[in-house]
Amino acid sequence: MANCQASPANGVNLAVEIAGLKMKNPMLTASGTFGFGEEFADFIDLEKLGGFIVKGTTLEPREGNPYPRMAETPSGMLNAVGLQNKGVDHFISDIYPRLKGLDTNVLVNVSGAKIEDYVAVAEKLAPLEGIPAIEVNISCPNVKQGGMAFGTTTDGAEAVTSAIRKAWPRTLIVKLSPNVTSIADIAKAVEGAGADSVSLINTLMGMAVDVERRRPCLSTVTGGLSGAAVRPVAVRMVWQASKAVKIPVIGLGGISSGRDAIEFMLAGARAVQIGTANFIDPQVTVKAIDWMEEWCRRHGVADINEIVGEI
Amino acid sequence: MGKKQIFEATITANRPLSERYSMLTLQLPDTVGDIEVLPGQFVEIRVADSPSTYLRRPISICDYDSETRVMTLLIRRAGEGTDHLCNLPCGSKLDTVGPLGNGFSIPAPGSTALLAGGGIGVAPLMLLGKKMKDNGVTPRFLLGARTASEILLAEEFAAIGEVSVSTDDGSAGEKGYAADNSALDSRYDLVCTCGPKPMMVGIARKARRNGSPCEVSLENLMACGLGACLCCVEPTLKGNLRACVEGPVFNTEMLLWEL
Repeated sequence: MANCQASPANGVNLAVEIAGLKMKNPMLTASGTFGFGEEFADFIDLEKLGGFIVKGTTLEPREGNPYPRMAETPSGMLNAVGLQNKGVDHFISDIYPRLKGLDTNVLVNVSGAKIEDYVAVAEKLAPLEGIPAIEVNISCPNVKQGGMAFGTTTDGAEAVTSAIRKAWPRTLIVKLSPNVTSIADIAKAVEGAGADSVSLINTLMGMAVDVERRRPCLSTVTGGLSGAAVRPVAVRMVWQASKAVKIPVIGLGGISSGRDAIEFMLAGARAVQIGTANFIDPQVTVKAIDWMEEWCRRHGVADINEIVGEI
Repeated sequence: MGKKQIFEATITANRPLSERYSMLTLQLPDTVGDIEVLPGQFVEIRVADSPSTYLRRPISICDYDSETRVMTLLIRRAGEGTDHLCNLPCGSKLDTVGPLGNGFSIPAPGSTALLAGGGIGVAPLMLLGKKMKDNGVTPRFLLGARTASEILLAEEFAAIGEVSVSTDDGSAGEKGYAADNSALDSRYDLVCTCGPKPMMVGIARKARRNGSPCEVSLENLMACGLGACLCCVEPTLKGNLRACVEGPVFNTEMLLWEL
């Protein structure tokens, strides 16, 4: 029995670290799919997560795009929410006090139209000790100047990253757009500008048409595709980005199970995010964590960090 | 508001009401405990074995008996997902999240109320009518449909209160739109409506003209149903509000509809 105690079966390490951000497991939730966490508190123990990333936050309140904002597509969905949020001041005064005591990492996704706006949000969040990291969204496809303009050129990505780097003292994650020719080039530019980590992929730009009404399904015509449909694209980009940079990569895009999370880690992700799948199963995150632990046991993996980038 | 739950319900009856509609009776498991269901709330159902149905389907709760934990749902064949639900045999398990959203108001005892439903929109009016009656309000129902065979649950509604009917083709009740039914010529202490938006707008207009407060249940496209995705928002005096959390029921005074 003494041997059993020492075996991985009884002691799998799922803890990972992203440049100072210590997580009890690699599981995060993707911004915009998990509200402020509280929306899921009836279904899961939020403290079982490695962390969660709250809805994209901007300097000023935003009402977002007109309805309709959503269209179901094969194994996925398009959205055009357009960063509806009540602004960073509301987050600090009304949301943060409720979340800061949680025994998990609460990350804020930061969006903006201008570099000064990103910097201003980061400066306002910087004093909040309960926020160990921010994720900078340079990849929202649904807002003009909503970030994707920064995320699709190396110069733009570098400029916004280096400006925020000066304003944000803790872990800085930059969320990359898949709507680019070379994800490796963008990842390298962001790394060079001082990012601690990159997360990818944000949604893929897509479009759907209602053929009976002969109108676009979304008010904005185009929107962001997410869900299982994008997963192979995301795995490929995580693999390419992780080969191109030394900083840790956080993988997301269609992850719907522990199996999918392991797939991303083998391809190079140090941590993962579950997004759209939260809509289908509000308990998917904790089920995936359990499955990942079981997978490690079956494969004799004592520390999940061992498998990162095995491919 | 009660706690949201995820549970596996068992279909104990599947009764086709017409070519396009079915009524599913679900037995909820004991594990859900004593839940209170507000009239107007909905559940999100996962459609298994339907590859093209990726998201859950939001379905209005038609009736719920908290003693026996029996829930009924009306389902319209609107696409592959709901088609699949309408075809499920007894004994099938349904992965269900709920109850979600808010509910209609129940007016004070002795008040007058008109509950107007079009097509599948009659669903929430069953539990609403029962709860009103329990509270000393005898509601009047207005049911609208394209044709007589699609008037849903008329007998069940008649057991609760007076029923008026409108059909597009005049095959039952008054010919024409529900919003033009003579039942709307009176003032009520509350008008509640659920159905296609043009019908609800018409009813809300009549209600306003007669000085009746009016609550509408919106069917905005939804992804999560939990308040996280912000897809189902409705413009209101307080900005864009989520039909799945702050709704689906809104007082028309809150909305930006042109009435």
